[in-house]
Amino acid sequence: MSQLSDLLNLNLSDTTDKVIAEYIWIGGSGMDLRSKARTLNGPVSDPSKLPKWNYDGSSTNQAPGEDSEVILYPQAIFKDPFRRGNNILVMCDAYTPAGEPIPTNKRHAAAKIFSHPEVLAEEPWYGIEQEYTLLQRDVKWPVGWPAGGYPGPQGPYYCGIGADKAFGRDIVDSHYKACLYAGINISGINGEVMPGQWEFQVGPAVGISAGDELWVARYILERITEIAGVVLSFDPKPIQGDWNGAGAHTNYSTKSMRHDGGYEIIKKAIEKLGLRHEEHIAAYGEGNERRLTGRHETADIKTFLWGVANRGASIRVGRDTEKAGKGYFEDRRPASNMDPYVVTSMIAETTIIWKP
Amino acid sequence: MSLLSDLLNLNLSDTTEKIIAEYIWIGGSGMDLRSKARTINGPVSDPAKLPKWNYDGSSTGQAPGKDSEVILYPQAIFKDPFRRGNNILVMCDAYTPAGEPIPTNKRFNAAKIFSQPEVAAEVPWYGIEQEYTLLQKNVRWPLGWPVGGYPGPQGPYYCGVGADKAMGRDIVDSHYKACLYAGINISGINGEVMPGQWEFQVGPAVGISAGDELWVARYILERITEIADVVLSFDPKPIQGDWNGAGAHTNYSTKSMRNDGGYEVIKKAIEKLGLRHKEHIAAYGEGNERRLTGRHETADINTFLWGVANRGASIRVGRDTEREGKGYFEDRRPASNMDPYVVTSMIAETTILWSP
Repeated sequence: MSQLSDLLNLNLSDTTDKVIAEYIWIGGSGMDLRSKARTLNGPVSDPSKLPKWNYDGSSTNQAPGEDSEVILYPQAIFKDPFRRGNNILVMCDAYTPAGEPIPTNKRHAAAKIFSHPEVLAEEPWYGIEQEYTLLQRDVKWPVGWPAGGYPGPQGPYYCGIGADKAFGRDIVDSHYKACLYAGINISGINGEVMPGQWEFQVGPAVGISAGDELWVARYILERITEIAGVVLSFDPKPIQGDWNGAGAHTNYSTKSMRHDGGYEIIKKAIEKLGLRHEEHIAAYGEGNERRLTGRHETADIKTFLWGVANRGASIRVGRDTEKAGKGYFEDRRPASNMDPYVVTSMIAETTIIWKP
Repeated sequence: MSLLSDLLNLNLSDTTEKIIAEYIWIGGSGMDLRSKARTINGPVSDPAKLPKWNYDGSSTGQAPGKDSEVILYPQAIFKDPFRRGNNILVMCDAYTPAGEPIPTNKRFNAAKIFSQPEVAAEVPWYGIEQEYTLLQKNVRWPLGWPVGGYPGPQGPYYCGVGADKAMGRDIVDSHYKACLYAGINISGINGEVMPGQWEFQVGPAVGISAGDELWVARYILERITEIADVVLSFDPKPIQGDWNGAGAHTNYSTKSMRNDGGYEVIKKAIEKLGLRHKEHIAAYGEGNERRLTGRHETADINTFLWGVANRGASIRVGRDTEREGKGYFEDRRPASNMDPYVVTSMIAETTILWSP
């Protein structure tokens, strides 16, 4: 099998200028990632210099069979941690042949919000804490859990170490290095409260790139779990009972919030978010009602509550921010299966553009 | 086992000028690849400078025991991705000692068609999309499928990512790099609709080299599945029921089609192909009637239908081509087990030489 590794690790730069580009897009469910690869004549670092491509939308529930072509527009380039060399990953979004974004293309509308002059001027920063659960492939039960049973209750697992407390660290650590290699702004990782659950953070990222980076980080993670023979789940409440759910807490700040007097801006922004709580919740991920119960470090889904250092709140402001009078805040409502294009742009839209 | 790897990876250029040439040919069934190796005194890059060789045709169903020598004529050289260094793969075709092509030698006739002045002037380009299925070695059931059962229905697998959606990516990715290393014009890869099924594309290649490159790409693929202990199948309908078949869609264009006004030339060519539908189908691969049913993105075997962006047609013209008024078209009829020498030359013959 090491012969297979030798081939997988071939450094083609020794024999050819050709480069492999893996085009990535989001499929018909809004959460299923798809990709395919093509050969380019030489290295490319600017997405606008990459050719548009197309795929069979009838196979991903995004087009009918008699008119199946969906067009891929390259939007962001990252180094390919699997093929290495000059090979690249390309995050794309999807359009009809006539140039209209297809319904599942959430990036297009997000990009419009982020290019709005008021939003641009505020330079919105995002830090997204992506939680996820690793499942054994054939039984869909979390990694490390006994088949037909449960591990000991939550307590030892958060940031834990040891064979009885941390399950799947290889996946998490290889993902960390792979993302850094790829050029994704991954800021950290930690083991989560439920055994077999982990978290990585992406950010700070500005505007639309938060979504691009998180989606590619998710892609890299699923490629790694594929190698490890383990299934990746973004379900917000994978196991019923006294087990934590999985979220995608979204940290946010604007230029005004980061400067002196920013704390007042933060409070006004949180007020506006409170007035649009239901609209946000509807866009914050399917199945979130199973997770936002008011227990397990969440606020009830119908409640809008904010507080300093309060992990049972919808929105948490850190003590640092309160003390410095400026900084950022954390929207704890988004589920692990949220679409970052939707969530990041909606937070910007509500806090910067929208008026009650 | 690393001692074996050390030996396999010896770089002989350090100690000797000698190189190893692996001669490849097609056996008696028309689909079984065979090869054997010989030592050559120094590097060779021109097939005409390689010695002819011979093999025991009585062991491949290609000659009687009393007169078993079949002569191998080297036709194309590629770098050997397994032995690397200056070692080479040599695609050959087979002749009797008297110099006649043996009946299973389809290259000879194809080369004649491609050297016809009218055909040579049109510089026919081919892009072949080779689909194939990976099978578990001892049970001949697709890779990743539960033994005695079936995976979830088609939907998540096309270009899919993840341990429950993509089976055998190591084989596909090492094949991609190995072919690029070898000098094969491999233009891309993707996961296919049926789990355990994949596709690679070779092209654009001109005339006879399309066949040479596809056969050597198939050879490299089977050598890789051998390393991975998995069986390679080119059966056009490996699993009965609601599972896609495997094809070898052949994209085609001539100089006239690629130039202004090409769309009219394309339409005339498609008309001619329609008039010879039965002859083409007969040469497009054994067992194709199990695959061309009118379902699963195929047109029924008895129907000749063409359309723009229509994946249920015999021949599909891309939207780009329609819009620009020139380009290429895709013959979706060939099965995965077709002989590219036969298919490419027959398309050229019908569209360029033949008159109704």
